[in-house]
Amino acid sequence: MNEVKANSLRSGPDRRGRFGMFGGRFVAETLMPLIKDLEKSYREAKSDPEYVSQLDKLNRHYTGRPSPLYLAERLSEHLGGARVYFKREELNHTGSHKLNNCLGQILLARRMGKTRIIAETGAGQHGVATATVCARFGLPCVIYMGKTDVERQAPNVFRMELLGAKIVPVSAGAGTLKDAMNEALRDWVANVDDTYYLIGTAAGPHPYPEMVRDFQSVIGTELRRQFGEAEGGLPDALVACIGGGSNAIGLFQEFLDDEQVKMYGAEAGGHGLDRENGHAASMTGGSPGVLHGNRTYLLQDENGQILEGHSISAGLDYPGVGPQHSYLKDIGRVEYVPITDEEALEAFRLCARLEGILPALESAHGLAQVIKLAPTMEKNQSIVLCLSGRGDKDVDTVSAHMKDRS
Amino acid sequence: MANDSDSRIARKFADCARADRPAFITFITAGDPDPETGQQIFEGLPAAGADLIELGMPFSDPMADGVAIQMAGQRALANGQTLHRTLDMVKKFREKDQETPVILMGYYNPIFIYGTEKFLSEAKKAGVDGLIIVDLPPEEDEELCIPALEKGLNFIRLTTPTTDEKRLGQVLVNTSGFVYYVSMTGVTGADLSNHEAVGQAVARIKAHTDLPVAVGFGIKTARDARLIGHHADGVVVGSALVEAIAGSLNDGKAGPDTVSAIHDLARSLAGGVHDSRK
Repeated sequence: MNEVKANSLRSGPDRRGRFGMFGGRFVAETLMPLIKDLEKSYREAKSDPEYVSQLDKLNRHYTGRPSPLYLAERLSEHLGGARVYFKREELNHTGSHKLNNCLGQILLARRMGKTRIIAETGAGQHGVATATVCARFGLPCVIYMGKTDVERQAPNVFRMELLGAKIVPVSAGAGTLKDAMNEALRDWVANVDDTYYLIGTAAGPHPYPEMVRDFQSVIGTELRRQFGEAEGGLPDALVACIGGGSNAIGLFQEFLDDEQVKMYGAEAGGHGLDRENGHAASMTGGSPGVLHGNRTYLLQDENGQILEGHSISAGLDYPGVGPQHSYLKDIGRVEYVPITDEEALEAFRLCARLEGILPALESAHGLAQVIKLAPTMEKNQSIVLCLSGRGDKDVDTVSAHMKDRS
Repeated sequence: MANDSDSRIARKFADCARADRPAFITFITAGDPDPETGQQIFEGLPAAGADLIELGMPFSDPMADGVAIQMAGQRALANGQTLHRTLDMVKKFREKDQETPVILMGYYNPIFIYGTEKFLSEAKKAGVDGLIIVDLPPEEDEELCIPALEKGLNFIRLTTPTTDEKRLGQVLVNTSGFVYYVSMTGVTGADLSNHEAVGQAVARIKAHTDLPVAVGFGIKTARDARLIGHHADGVVVGSALVEAIAGSLNDGKAGPDTVSAIHDLARSLAGGVHDSRK
């Protein structure tokens, strides 16, 4: 890993948890001492060689890291431009990048002496990863999940139950991820002594955005080495999907100071940005506001009431985004683009047929951006897509849409 | 600064202290269940015994509130309540009542989007006395707290059972008007557990400040109000009042008894507060 320069884009957040104007700690007083304690414990853990080595061992032997860097030859040939690589996070244990963060946080929770874990989940990928680490370390686990998501992600609900987690369906609002997060925060306020809130994305009050990013940065640091071995030098472009943005920031962080590496974040464009409540593109279709502990781009109306996001992908329909992404958007370091449901479905089918890989619908949004980008680039250039999750959980959704169209 | 003893909030607490009783503070959500009924409820509260009124600014994602206040906010929003309308409610209220302090309570985002400067100027002009913003801890004071104090509005801070001795000083620095002690770790509307512990916590806060200390969260009955009032300078009731509104609705709309249901309950709770030092 290269050293962090004084004015590096990789050095944030500042002491108040800000990335420029974004981030911060907008939480109720009850939680303030808890997140300060969490920050202190995290700093201590990060510099404790035993903690670092324990996490490294679990990453290797439990998750199966490093995840492969795979050259998608047939897809590259089909697109007729840049060489397309997949960073295969979908091959991790539990089938997504989510476990990287959960392992880091569960070790921290144990260090802090917490005996009960709560989490929110949208698509269920973070819920499954959380339930998995709780089973592995014998801690009781409560997962808040929007009622709508419980219905459309039934296989993941069953997986979490098999792993011993208690699922609490949340019917407030539209019954999706933001409502689950509200309910998890209410649980945390009521159970401050024994409970650890294991947030699944690089959002929320400081230090979560920084901490989750750090745990996910293993994606980018591995990639730097792997890409050097495969092609030499650096990739020309990085692409990842953005819900809260944890896989994306994990991919980008390592390369933020390498100006020649272009970066693209694919947001959920849903039915299109011109439809209110019809998309979940907080950066390309929203505005800055304050929700869930941080200032960041949000989907909201002119009165500052939060809107429900829509996406075919349950993992992307959060109406906010991690604060570091908001900052990277404003300074122009990363280009964020909306990808519609249709484009994601098309990318899903193409990947299945050409590469024999079913990507998660979340990751298919990133792939759709690759499909647009690759033909505009030279054949000696390279794009790396973070293939953040596997698509087995989505086959029912995809099949329903194909039937609708036929 | 807003700590001046001539502020409406300071005067009201001083009046109550002279009468040797705690202040009775009522919370309602602005525009619940609809704008017109909400205004009637609001304007009738002083006659029903309210010494101070907290007017909730509805927000789509009230993370620190239990179901009763969540539902109240949804009813209000569904009927078109906005921050602008909430400020208008106070303006109208002030045409008739110059004595009762009004405190706006809510979450930061609607204010941030309205524009903090514009909001503070209009709030002051409308006759608002103070603000309680749940998701603005002292760490974020420069967002709204300091500009509010400069405008002459009180900024009332929540302290909780997790606010330890060291942190208490930091929490109190820019607090004005009164200190709001949250009786439990939990959301609004949960059950109150231990009156004695609340008394000890209030004593601990009073060792650090001359400001009045009001207690809220979990106070539902006249008996709760009397027991808590024994220890505190003010007693806040919110969810129970809001539930009285919910219980009086017909098909989600204001019924014939909606206004009287909440005022009757307020009167009975005020009785408990008034008896608490006897």
